[in-house]
Amino acid sequence: MTGKTLLSVQNLTMRFGGLTAIDNLSLNVPDQAITGIIGPNGAGKTTFFNCLTGFYKPTEGAVTLNHPTKGPIRLADLPSHKVAQTAQVVRTFQNIRLFAQMTVLENLVVAQHNALQKASMFSIAGLLRLPGYRKAADEAIERALSWLKRLNLMDIVNVPAGALPYGTQRRVEIARALCVNPLLLCLDEPAAGLNPKESAELNTLLLHLVQEEGVSILLIEHDMSVVMNVSDHICVLNYGRKIAEGTPAEIRVDPNVIKAYLGEDEDDQPVEKAS
Amino acid sequence: MTAIVHAHHTPTLSERLKDASAAAFIALILGIPMIGMTTVDQGGFLAVMTRWPQLALFVGLTFAGRILFSLALETIKRRSQGRKSGKSAASAAEAANAALKRGTKPESVIGWLAVGIAVALPIFFSEDRYIIDIATSVLIYIMLGWGLNVVVGLAGLLDLGYVAFYAVGAYTYALLSTQFGWGFWEALPVAGGLAALFGVLLGWPTLRLRGDYLAIVTLGFGEIIRLLLVNWTELSGGPNGITSIPRPSVFGYAFLPPDTEGSIADLLGIEFSPMHRLLFLYYLILLLALLTNLFVTAMRRLPLGRAWEAVREDEIACKAMGINVTTVKLSAFAIGAMLGGFAGVFFAARQGFISPESFTFSESAIILAIVVLGGMGSQLGVVLAALVLVMLPELGRDFAEYRMLLFGFAMIVIMVWRPGGILANRAPTLIHVPTGDKA
Ligand SMILES: Nc1ncnc2c1ncn2[C@@H]1O[C@H](COP(=O)(O)OP(=O)(O)OP(=O)(O)O)[C@@H](O)[C@H]1O
Ligand SMILES: [Mg+2]
Repeated sequence: MTGKTLLSVQNLTMRFGGLTAIDNLSLNVPDQAITGIIGPNGAGKTTFFNCLTGFYKPTEGAVTLNHPTKGPIRLADLPSHKVAQTAQVVRTFQNIRLFAQMTVLENLVVAQHNALQKASMFSIAGLLRLPGYRKAADEAIERALSWLKRLNLMDIVNVPAGALPYGTQRRVEIARALCVNPLLLCLDEPAAGLNPKESAELNTLLLHLVQEEGVSILLIEHDMSVVMNVSDHICVLNYGRKIAEGTPAEIRVDPNVIKAYLGEDEDDQPVEKAS
Repeated sequence: MTAIVHAHHTPTLSERLKDASAAAFIALILGIPMIGMTTVDQGGFLAVMTRWPQLALFVGLTFAGRILFSLALETIKRRSQGRKSGKSAASAAEAANAALKRGTKPESVIGWLAVGIAVALPIFFSEDRYIIDIATSVLIYIMLGWGLNVVVGLAGLLDLGYVAFYAVGAYTYALLSTQFGWGFWEALPVAGGLAALFGVLLGWPTLRLRGDYLAIVTLGFGEIIRLLLVNWTELSGGPNGITSIPRPSVFGYAFLPPDTEGSIADLLGIEFSPMHRLLFLYYLILLLALLTNLFVTAMRRLPLGRAWEAVREDEIACKAMGINVTTVKLSAFAIGAMLGGFAGVFFAARQGFISPESFTFSESAIILAIVVLGGMGSQLGVVLAALVLVMLPELGRDFAEYRMLLFGFAMIVIMVWRPGGILANRAPTLIHVPTGDKA
């Protein structure tokens, strides 16, 4: 951890008609650390990611990324592809979105599209097979392979992504996101569908990414063995509101969190709010 | 690390038979028009005569030839491996992969075979106008299919108005040549560029649409262009179309009767024959189609081509990877339209006369059927489907009113037999060949 704030969320609210999926959320995401986002089903975790990454336009509030070289970037003003390209905030999806018919290697090379497209000079240098493009293309493949090696995926390089088992697809999706060169990696339930051995490997990988590669991570996860073990900092959502924030040790004993998870009398928790 | 090297294995007898049957089937499709039928002059009118025994012989030879070929290939491979085994395990793996790459894949073999047959066809049928005409039509549809394949097969954008770009290309050439005296080769890039512009024009408002909605809008676009051509009489000649469009020339020489200025026959000192022009047109469209194929195949392996496929697979994931889906889609529309425009220029130059009637929705439907039946995204599939779809109505002439029924029935049969199209398996654009770091 550098002690700096990478992403600052101020009074973020997202409403769908009468439903308030995120309710006045403020949060500072530290640089080069793992921040866990937990909460019961429907708490608004995925909606939060959608607001960060340009897929939803927040009803209110601001999300600012403090880019080390480009300065502060207001994410809500960017279209989703710019969030990944310019702000280097890259996400994975709860319901895995790989390019199913394309091979694992192709998936990872497509993730490097912007740099490659530039090197191919909008296909002209590519069609002429100029050395500049060929070098860039080779480097993209090398980069893809190095992540695949790191994630123990070398034996499925040429397999269509859609043909892989669920747990493997999750890891391929993480590898693909890493190929975009993220500053902030947003993982939506990466341990879902992983067996205990795989989720232990995931822990190691996440820690490695932060410590060795300088990536910061936002982690939505229901698997407590993952969140509690790797997170530096945890934010708990319930019905779109932040009900607790702190270190894993603090969260574990927080009465609000225990209440939310045990589902104690919820009549006083309004599910819907008039907008 | 366990890399996937497609381990070399000797095909079993049943695999060999299957492979040979596939080759024979393709020989059958190709052979029906080329060998199975011929025209004979029966005192003033042409009649189609069938030559089924010759066809059977041809198919049989292909079957046997394919088995022999695969056996020979096997022997050669085994020998070359034996020679290399002296080196290291790593280089053996490399060799196996090189073999995989070089493509013992039947597709590339069949592809080259098809090119060979296409090039050789006029040698056997140089006097047969009917065959050359049909073969030229087939090639136009193949080119159109390859163009539409970019939009539908690769980018996954269902386009029911593709004929509009074909029309733009055809009318651009017709107007440039009849009004301004442009030649075929000057007009070709301009018409392609204009068609691409129309592609962007169609693509822009439809960016947010997918599937059925996109199909309906593109269908409307195709009709708008056609109605424009029917009604804007000053520009397009209305329903009467444009006549006396110049035929393509060769370095300024045209296929004209002897003793006319610029006659090729005179230049070369050969006897004039109207067949020469048809043969020239045939080779011209063959060249254009092959260039189209080369271009599309190369694009598929470039970042833009991969992005087309990625957009087809998952638009949202593309955005999350930083891909600007808008430009990717527009480029697919533009490039697909450009290729359609090129085909249109050829069409106008070949017919010498065009009218809106040539650009109805049914044309779009046939081109789309070629792409879908061929197996979305497969280049060779388009060839096979174009052969089937253009030949079937010709074959069906004997059945007169049952023709369309036969056509529909054949489409259903193919879709049931191969729901993904004749050639449905997608070839990867990249294959990682592990180099020996695991000796
Ligand atoms: N596009 C949308 N339109 C309407 N309602 C939505 C939309 N997206 C999310 N919601 C609603 O917002 C609430 C929060 O959903 P969200 O998917 O963010 O929950 P979550 O915390 O990710 O839950 P889970 O743990 O099940 O993934 C839910 O009530 C959901 O129905
Ligand atoms: Mg969720």
